[in-house]
Amino acid sequence: MKKLLEINHCRKSFGELPVLTDLSLSVEESQVLSIIGPSGSGKSTLLRCATLLETMDGGDLIYDGKYAARDQEGRAVYASGTELKEIRNMFGLVFQNFNLFPHYSVLKNIMEAPVLVQKRDRKEVEEEARELLNQMGLADRADAYPFQLSGGQQQRVSIARALAMNPKILFFDEPTSALDPELTGEILRVIRSLAEKKMTMVIVTHEMAFARDVSDYVVFMNDGAIVEQGDPREVIDHPTQERTIQFLRRLTET
Amino acid sequence: MTLATIVLKMSEGLGKTCAIFFLTLVFSLPLGLLVALLRMSRRKAVSVVTRGVISVLRGTPLMLQLLAVTYGPYYLFGLSVSRNKLIPVVIAFAINYAAYFAEIYRGGIESMPVGQYEAAQVLGYTKTQTFLRIILPQVIKRILPSITNEVVTLVKDTSMAFTVSYQEMFTIGKQIANSQTSFVPFLVAGLFYYVFNLLVDFVMGRAEKRMSYYR
Repeated sequence: MKKLLEINHCRKSFGELPVLTDLSLSVEESQVLSIIGPSGSGKSTLLRCATLLETMDGGDLIYDGKYAARDQEGRAVYASGTELKEIRNMFGLVFQNFNLFPHYSVLKNIMEAPVLVQKRDRKEVEEEARELLNQMGLADRADAYPFQLSGGQQQRVSIARALAMNPKILFFDEPTSALDPELTGEILRVIRSLAEKKMTMVIVTHEMAFARDVSDYVVFMNDGAIVEQGDPREVIDHPTQERTIQFLRRLTET
Repeated sequence: MTLATIVLKMSEGLGKTCAIFFLTLVFSLPLGLLVALLRMSRRKAVSVVTRGVISVLRGTPLMLQLLAVTYGPYYLFGLSVSRNKLIPVVIAFAINYAAYFAEIYRGGIESMPVGQYEAAQVLGYTKTQTFLRIILPQVIKRILPSITNEVVTLVKDTSMAFTVSYQEMFTIGKQIANSQTSFVPFLVAGLFYYVFNLLVDFVMGRAEKRMSYYR
């Protein structure tokens, strides 16, 4: 299996505070990887480093064989702007708070980047965007503005926006955390259907049942490091590390 | 002098009043944005200097700045005072208003959620594309009420051009008031400004409405 993403010995601290300590991780093509763990464990920072929203202090970040950052004597040295631009084109990110552009219609939210950034043909992009909206069950909302949509609908638009760029790998940063409980189901269904289509995905989530169900691999993080990882049924149902057991017990208690 | 004559004479200066008003906006609105960007520059020196300039421009009277721009070149370099006073008047107004607009722009830009920048960055927008397409349009919507405030003030501030004897409406009115020892020209001026500002309100209201299609 081809490795689409590789993170080696990632280190990151905010000032004096270490957030990620020597963390390594890889994602294969068509794999769905879930990252779980308590808040403050560094899950989101890891995702932000992987999506180039934060810079690592040290370590390698490799997308499909191309180095976004390379460790040189303990310091992460980033590739040039043009190379990073090419790498950014390989992944998409779905935010916890959607971050749709409020002044654009749903259709324009989805279409602008492929047309503007990837210089693709507008007509072709529009066809694809409408097809994506159709898949998301939002075919009739193309001309609506984000504020007119429910949270779940907005999140589906933001997934469509990410997919319109045809990413090789799609990241989700707690995609259901900002939603009412009754709206999380629709997002999880969309992610599940993407998994069925063999989309490579990395999902930071608190939805344990979902993580166990949809992912091929689970990583449990605590204090900026991976404590336990492996098959989701093993890690979630039969954790071996004290910290994982504690965390999962606390989740099922509430 | 009859009321009609007073109104007629004063309205001859309205063209010049409008010239100050529109030219000031044309120059100060873009200049203000530029100043705001300098003020927010990551280079400490640039931002500190810009901050100082804004502080002086906002902290001293516009009237003084008008005098300085108009007569400064004469006192400093012995240059003759330009015959067309519109040029120094507009320069002074534009610079002064740019300082106020800059702080309004800055407030608007800094109020934008960081998620908008991040979403654009992940989608591959360049910094310029992000600013022009994603950030600025939303900033304009947010700051429009504050801009309207400044524009309304500008209408009335044009009267300050009398300090350098630029023959706009208020200057003419003041001259008539002096020669006729009459208060009527001031009432006429007040009415002119009020009607002008009704128009400003109407136009800015339309602009706000045009941008109310999203939240």
